[in-house]
Amino acid sequence: MIFRLQNVGMHYGPIEVLRGVTLSFDRSELAAIIGPNGAGKSTLLSIMAGMLPQHTGECRLDGKPLAKWPRKLFAQSVSVVPQLQSVEFPFSAEQVVLMGRMPFSDGMFESASDEAAVTHAMEITDTLQFRHRDFRTLSGGERQRVIVASALAQSPKALLLDEPTTFLDLEHQVSLYRLLRSLCGDGLLAISVTHDINLAAAYADRIIMLHNGTIVADGKPHEVIHNASIRKVFSTDVEIQQSQSGRPWIHYGG
Amino acid sequence: MVVKQVTARRVWTTSLLSFSAMVAAIAFLPLFGSAHIDYSRAIAGQSPDAEILFGVRLPRVLLAALTGGALAAAGVLFQALLRETLATPYTLGVSSGASLGAVIAICLGGGRVWPASLLGAGLTLLLVMAIASESRRLSSFTLLMAGITLNSICMALILFFQNFAGFGQSFAIVRWLMGGIDAVPYGTLAWLSAVVLPSVIYLFWKSREWNLLSMGEDWAATRGVSTSTLILTGYLIGSLLTGAVTALTGPIGFVGLIVPHALRLSIGADHRLLIPSSFFLGAAFLTICDTLARTILAPAEIPVGVITAILGGPFFIWMLRSRSKLH
Repeated sequence: MIFRLQNVGMHYGPIEVLRGVTLSFDRSELAAIIGPNGAGKSTLLSIMAGMLPQHTGECRLDGKPLAKWPRKLFAQSVSVVPQLQSVEFPFSAEQVVLMGRMPFSDGMFESASDEAAVTHAMEITDTLQFRHRDFRTLSGGERQRVIVASALAQSPKALLLDEPTTFLDLEHQVSLYRLLRSLCGDGLLAISVTHDINLAAAYADRIIMLHNGTIVADGKPHEVIHNASIRKVFSTDVEIQQSQSGRPWIHYGG
Repeated sequence: MVVKQVTARRVWTTSLLSFSAMVAAIAFLPLFGSAHIDYSRAIAGQSPDAEILFGVRLPRVLLAALTGGALAAAGVLFQALLRETLATPYTLGVSSGASLGAVIAICLGGGRVWPASLLGAGLTLLLVMAIASESRRLSSFTLLMAGITLNSICMALILFFQNFAGFGQSFAIVRWLMGGIDAVPYGTLAWLSAVVLPSVIYLFWKSREWNLLSMGEDWAATRGVSTSTLILTGYLIGSLLTGAVTALTGPIGFVGLIVPHALRLSIGADHRLLIPSSFFLGAAFLTICDTLARTILAPAEIPVGVITAILGGPFFIWMLRSRSKLH
């Protein structure tokens, strides 16, 4: 088991955004966390990324509480794709990806293996062609792919993604999930917060549905995505169909 | 815009070029001044060339070089720390504290201006730290808020003291706040070097971490950087650099803004290139500005802060315009 969360909760001042969350995640798993705005999805991801140590309950990585992990060692196992990354300074796309190798080096310069990891990460995210471009001049989707490449250059055991497809066109949305699917086949744990339920249902092994800071459903896509759960959590009536592979597909209707 | 990859060779080349510019400035600028001097006569110890070179111009040029280098390096650091391209060494209040110390010393009389200024800088640093550390985790945001608040309070107190100062004191206060380089004893230069040079070497050693921090605290933390410790040490080092030079020269604006920006436009944002180049070229820039300050209207002198502002103002406007075009 890579991640184990036991009765995790979180308050922002008097507001309780997460309560009683108990989950575990294993290798080779592609999990999607869905839920309406303010459900606590990004907070849950931030807790797992070790960014909110003030949470209640217990969150462990490889059996060890997150607070006990030295920052650098933790970053060798877990990488994060944030929701939005603005950059103030003229770093190239390649420099941004190279930053993902920081947990593995102590010296002033990157090693040959760092360069190889970066080139591979940029190849599989289709970003190599603008490696020398100023990151700030890239489109939203191109930036997002560079950020994904940076997280992958970290060679993580677990990859946490917060709405990774927001700025991506259809081709790159699909190719990102196919890439995650393929990496999970090689042992990666990928947990993605998303609002695209169809994309999650099409590719994820498991879907966790959050509502008002609690888990309301957790299981295979067809176990979680059904009329009753969608109506309860999103207050919306939709038509749910089945794809040829047996995965649920939301038809929004006219 | 194409941004070249950073290699050890590129770092060495840019550092060596900027180092050469600094050495050239330090070597040749002492020749300029109201009185003509000859290097060979000065080195042979002949009067008055030796007294002018070693007693007046060289210590002044060296102080300008150390000050310019320290302010430029501190500018790079604070811009990374606050993720703000418009941050300067003076954003977080240390120089206002130094100025307040100096103003109080001027009002009280007795001539102990620079120790009072150093004390003011140190006390402001401690106060900002105490306020910013109220929250469990030291962040750039709390540091910025505390720094800006202390900055405003110090500026208000400076105006308060100036309001009640006599004519002579008021003139001395205004003159000090303009910033200026004077010849100082070699002992003072030695202790200033002992503060500035190790600090800049430390900043260079941490270059890759400043790169990550300049992308954001969460970005750096998720890539293995202990951000709280890094922000704390960065703030201390930046304040040390700023406080030490401001105590001797008064606040000299724009060096910490112009030099890092001009370099970012030409060599990119990687701190392995930026920190050494900013230090060396900041040193060269302020040395040139100070030479202009003491030669343009010789034998009268213009405060060097006026020269840096006159050169820096138009640059600043151009930078803002090009930045808005990019975004």
